[in-house]
Amino acid sequence: MADSQPHPIFKRRWTFPITIQVEPRLVAPPRWYPWLISVGAIIIALIIGGILIAIVGGDPFASYAHIARASFGSVGVFSDTLVKATPLIMVGLACSVAFRMRLWNIGAEGQFFLGAFGASAVVLAPLLPENTTPWLFIPVMILAGLLIGALWGFIPGFLKARFNVNEIISTLMMNYIAVQWNNYFIFAIWTEGGFQMSKMFPHNAWLPRLTDFADQIPFFRGLTTHAGLILALISVVIVWFILYRSKWGYEIRLIGDNPQAGRYAGLNISRNTIMVMMLSGALAGLAGMSEITGVVHRLQGAISPGYGFTGIIVAWLAKLNPFAVVVVSVLFGALILAGREIQPSGIPKMIQGIILVCLIASDILLRYRVRIARRNTGMEEA
Amino acid sequence: MNLIIIMQAGVATGTVLLFATIGEILAERSGVLNLGVEGMMLMGAMSAYSMTLATGNPWLGVMIGMIAAGLLSQIHAFITITLRADQVVSGLALTFLGTGISLVLGDGLSKAGTVSLLPSSSIPLLSKIPLIGPIFFTNQNIMVYIGYILLPIVWFYINRTRLGMHLRAVGEYPAAADALGINVFRLRYLYVFIGGMFAGLAGATISLAISPGWFSELTTAGQGWIAIGLVIFAQWNPIRAAFGSYVFGALRRLILDIQGPTMILGIANPFYYNPYYGYFLEMLPYAFTIIVLVIGSREAVRKRLGAPAALGVPYIRGERGL
Repeated sequence: MADSQPHPIFKRRWTFPITIQVEPRLVAPPRWYPWLISVGAIIIALIIGGILIAIVGGDPFASYAHIARASFGSVGVFSDTLVKATPLIMVGLACSVAFRMRLWNIGAEGQFFLGAFGASAVVLAPLLPENTTPWLFIPVMILAGLLIGALWGFIPGFLKARFNVNEIISTLMMNYIAVQWNNYFIFAIWTEGGFQMSKMFPHNAWLPRLTDFADQIPFFRGLTTHAGLILALISVVIVWFILYRSKWGYEIRLIGDNPQAGRYAGLNISRNTIMVMMLSGALAGLAGMSEITGVVHRLQGAISPGYGFTGIIVAWLAKLNPFAVVVVSVLFGALILAGREIQPSGIPKMIQGIILVCLIASDILLRYRVRIARRNTGMEEA
Repeated sequence: MNLIIIMQAGVATGTVLLFATIGEILAERSGVLNLGVEGMMLMGAMSAYSMTLATGNPWLGVMIGMIAAGLLSQIHAFITITLRADQVVSGLALTFLGTGISLVLGDGLSKAGTVSLLPSSSIPLLSKIPLIGPIFFTNQNIMVYIGYILLPIVWFYINRTRLGMHLRAVGEYPAAADALGINVFRLRYLYVFIGGMFAGLAGATISLAISPGWFSELTTAGQGWIAIGLVIFAQWNPIRAAFGSYVFGALRRLILDIQGPTMILGIANPFYYNPYYGYFLEMLPYAFTIIVLVIGSREAVRKRLGAPAALGVPYIRGERGL
């Protein structure tokens, strides 16, 4: 090393002095480790988002403080946060189920719209007269939402199983089709006096809200959280049971982890593909039904600020774990709720994107050991 | 409703799809599936438009749009090539990110007023050819002509040059390419970047030429995803991609024009008498994408054609490859 002047023959191009070395993990990391990584990824994402907000001339601290205050600041706003979280839970579950089998259902948005359409059809077609008791009305609407959502999931599932059609593209295209389908009914068939919305549903077709019980319990006055949250929580338990306690769920997970092994084990992959897509579609359709009967109370064009797409991030952040979906949904519900008032309006979407990017990037820390090492420049020995 | 006009407009709007599809073909041929085309196109459209607004020079806008989309694509490249993450999820994330950033940075652009756009012109001699002349060479935007020039170049590059062979080798059998001394990682980064630049070019073509302006997410309206579908239909071949793109462009124009006349083929035009049927027409491009995918997938099975073998698989040096 004494001779700092290398021989001209060994003269090398300049190389970056440090290198990232990636080695597969041989030992599984402790249980808390993945969650620590996820939290770290979110914090980094929020920092990056803050920098970007500052660049476009906003105040990141004010923006984040506003999000926190406008979504968790009081019982009233927290109730609104739960309202936004309700569809996210169901859509997050829909994505989790499909992703577990490595089926990339990006069509939750369309399935959400068609679930809302199905539920509306019960009132507006009408399948049931207006004075039906809620005890019949609500279950029929739930069924309609589930069925139409499942149908919308069946189509790409069938195309995938039968023709090997890439489900990413087909589900995505069907989102656009679903929106136009709803538009036709909103504008042409069920329009109320030429406006871009149907008439208001009768009260017995509304999912009960907390504020409806304000006569008995005054504390609930003004709280908008509705029974859809209960539907969502029931779905969580059902999906958890299906995925982790049933034979079908075992098949789903096996095919997801290793389709080759699943095929050799004699599992019917085509049938599972279709069934999982239908379950996924049904869950997203239920979300649409819950939103239309619990919040909007009429069919109109703007019923989703992109719930179906946020569901993808929710599922990924929850690591496809149904219970974690609930927690993540509340956080993203807060982001959607508070984001409505933040300018420029794209900020919540941008933050969602950054969070997803950071999460995916952080995934490598789970699968590999990453070390930053000095690059061996080959000069030390000389 | 004039068929010549529909096809002429189809070539113009199809050029957007053509650029995006060619970019994605190059990226996928190197083994990297990039589902972020929609986000990159929005990024390109937004940057190109705002740059043109600031400088008054649309060519500068096109350049900045391409660079911005190319830089965005490098996030995907880093995550999938270096960090070896799932390409599907990463591509989705890129779409979210590109859309979000474009919406934030493009805030207020929609009310910004008019900018100078890319010029249109006719080609002197070629426009006189019957049928082909009016469709392809009359009053088309300069971007359309650039598309005609790029198309054979890209085809020749992929299929007939040494560098194109390297590209295909990296996408089909990266371990063998690596053994030959081809730098797999560097090439994949490069082609993801080029793919991003093409997506940016497609975006700039929208906002500065085909349907000028910035309409937030509606600027692209899902064309990035249609482009990804077209890649599968095109069997990763740029010539077939051009065919698909132009047909799709014509379809979009047909949807607009078919609602005009009162009679079609001697029968009363239902789309004229009930304009609400227009919503079903609006579904057609998306339904067609699915149909095109079915055709492409069936054909791939029959001819045993397929995606580049290493598509979607991260290359890890020293591990057993494909």
